[in-house]
Amino acid sequence: MAEVKIDKAPAGLEGPGFFATSLDQVVGMARKNSLWPMPFATSCCGIEFMATMASTYDLGRFGAERLSYSPRQADMLLVMGTIAKKMGPVLRKVYEQMAEPKWVVAVGACASSGGIFDTYSVLQGIDRIIPVDVYVPGCPPRPEQILDGIMRVQDLVQSESIRRRDSPEYKALLEKYQIQ
Amino acid sequence: MSELTQERILERLTEKFGDKILQHENPYNLLTITVDRSIVLDLASFLHSDEELKFQFLTDITGVHYPEPNDELGVVYHYHNLYKNVRIRVKAFFPKTDPVIASLTPVFSAANWMERETYDFFGILFQGHPNLKRILNVDDLGYFPMRKEYALEDPTREDKDDTMFGR
Amino acid sequence: MNFGPTHPATHGVFQNIITLDGERIVDAVPTVGYIHRAFEKIAERKPFYHITPLTDRLNYCSSPINNMGWHMTVEKLAGIELPKRVEYMRVVIMELSRIADHLICNSVLGVDTGALTGFLYVFQSREKIYEIFEEICGARLTTNIGRIGGFERDFNDIVFHKIDLFLKEFPAVMEEFENLLNRNRIFMDRTVGIGPISAERALNYGFTGPNLRAAGVDYDVRVTSPYSSYEDFDFEIPIGTAGDTYDRFMVRNKEIWASVSIIRQAMEKIKAMPRGLFHADVPEFYLPPKEDVYSQMEALIWHFKIVMGETEIPKGEVYHSVEGGNGELGFYLISDGGRAPFRLHFRRPCFIYYQAYPEMIRGQQLADAVATMSSLNLIAGEMDA
Repeated sequence: MAEVKIDKAPAGLEGPGFFATSLDQVVGMARKNSLWPMPFATSCCGIEFMATMASTYDLGRFGAERLSYSPRQADMLLVMGTIAKKMGPVLRKVYEQMAEPKWVVAVGACASSGGIFDTYSVLQGIDRIIPVDVYVPGCPPRPEQILDGIMRVQDLVQSESIRRRDSPEYKALLEKYQIQ
Repeated sequence: MSELTQERILERLTEKFGDKILQHENPYNLLTITVDRSIVLDLASFLHSDEELKFQFLTDITGVHYPEPNDELGVVYHYHNLYKNVRIRVKAFFPKTDPVIASLTPVFSAANWMERETYDFFGILFQGHPNLKRILNVDDLGYFPMRKEYALEDPTREDKDDTMFGR
Repeated sequence: MNFGPTHPATHGVFQNIITLDGERIVDAVPTVGYIHRAFEKIAERKPFYHITPLTDRLNYCSSPINNMGWHMTVEKLAGIELPKRVEYMRVVIMELSRIADHLICNSVLGVDTGALTGFLYVFQSREKIYEIFEEICGARLTTNIGRIGGFERDFNDIVFHKIDLFLKEFPAVMEEFENLLNRNRIFMDRTVGIGPISAERALNYGFTGPNLRAAGVDYDVRVTSPYSSYEDFDFEIPIGTAGDTYDRFMVRNKEIWASVSIIRQAMEKIKAMPRGLFHADVPEFYLPPKEDVYSQMEALIWHFKIVMGETEIPKGEVYHSVEGGNGELGFYLISDGGRAPFRLHFRRPCFIYYQAYPEMIRGQQLADAVATMSSLNLIAGEMDA
């Protein structure tokens, strides 16, 4: 019978019938273990993502079992593959349709910076149109690398303050990309 | 006779089209004929419907740009006779200033997107095509990227240092 | 109604604007180009051996086939003859990747009709194939396997062991997958009669590969124009009758079995030959081993010539095609003697047969359009190049 690992509770004051800690930490812990990814797979990295979702490198272990193909129900956008300039507006629209809080992972060299395709038709990195939280390099990255990227997102999620999305720095970031 | 030899194909084609077949050669054992662009559609229907030739499978249409010696664009067709397993390549050239040629869509439905791709990359106008628009590039690209005078990289990019990247 | 470009089952990016009458499809207008990466333009810039990683990314589910096809094109141009052992090794690699490609297509068809389990079972086998590729060339998916003139290293003991293990274990997995879906009532209801195309229309549209064979035409490039010693092998080409989704699924399943048989035959032949021969003797194209480069003058000179582009490349134009996962993958190469091709064009089967999609789904229902699309095995990288 395998041992099931349970996530550690955040530090807090415990007593009979109550547990006091800060809201940020509880919310962070809950969110990080139930990230619903939206796979935006365009090319080869998408196939490595399919391998990550399959049983050998199961992504479901991290709470991301339920893939959402509708941006409105997802909180993590995984952009996998080359984004051509024709696809850019579509990606932008999908990002705008996601509800806060949302995180973006650029999987693969093409999504991070255009990859090996320095051509007239390829967007040289999705951070030209949307803000990115984690970059996973590789061409294509191994499933372990993709999982590592998602674990970094989990770290970000856990340590994020619940007021971050209303803060002026975040608003300035969105202004830079001209996202309402 | 069950063998369709290259001599026989050439014989049939020259007897039908005469001097519109400009030259022929045989690189790597694939009969290649260069024709005048005016007969391209008739040639395709002849190859398709003739009882002996029966080249009823259009393998590919593509374009090519030769800036020297005359700045010409060309269209290259590959046909395949599946019954006798014979292939043939047909080429037609014309100046870049007048890139018009007939479309093969009445004979082969496969030609539809192949010609759109050739138009998208080279700017060759196929007359009679039902929907000649760009297919792979963005609609407002403004130029025909596979022509030799255009560079591979995005011309509007500012953040890459040319001296470091050897362009 | 807009169907795509982001839609479920991670197929790749194509968009269809579908006109519906209730639930029935009246017309569809596909748009492609959402992942156009300008391969043909890039190829005009790169030396021949740099184009191999580019060809990987055409049909990325079976990238070794693309690599081998490209190598064979250059070898045809340069008139290089390969030893039999190398050709048999190539056959093994190509058939393994064909199995991988068909596994993805069929399991994703299962997912699209609701059967997620098949996908999970089958991906375990795909991992085994990835391990074999990794042992030979270092990469799992976009392999850049082989070199012009052969392979970069010989198959070592681990590779032989892994292939034998695969041949022993895979048939059981495949049988389980077939038991799950082949005669499954729900699957058959979802796929029989869906997205049909007749043989005449398919030929007129330039179909090749499993989609054409499902419509009843027995055209397989491995048989009509054998390359890489395929004529030495004994295998069957499965043919369907109605050209519908179920036939395409079954043709691919049967092709997987045919590939397993070919790999078995090839491994027997390779094991009967002495080890150590893994490339042809073509110093103009095949980099000499590093130990020789550092110790012998001639090897140093060849290395310099190849890397700096001083070797003589023949001029000419050549068209070579291989049987890819989706059909006839053709390479039309015009070389002007320079380091990079003058013009390289890929005859991409996916791009050509996707034109027929509106005709195949007219009159059907929306859910059937999804099943038809996934049975066609459309790979976006190949479609847009």
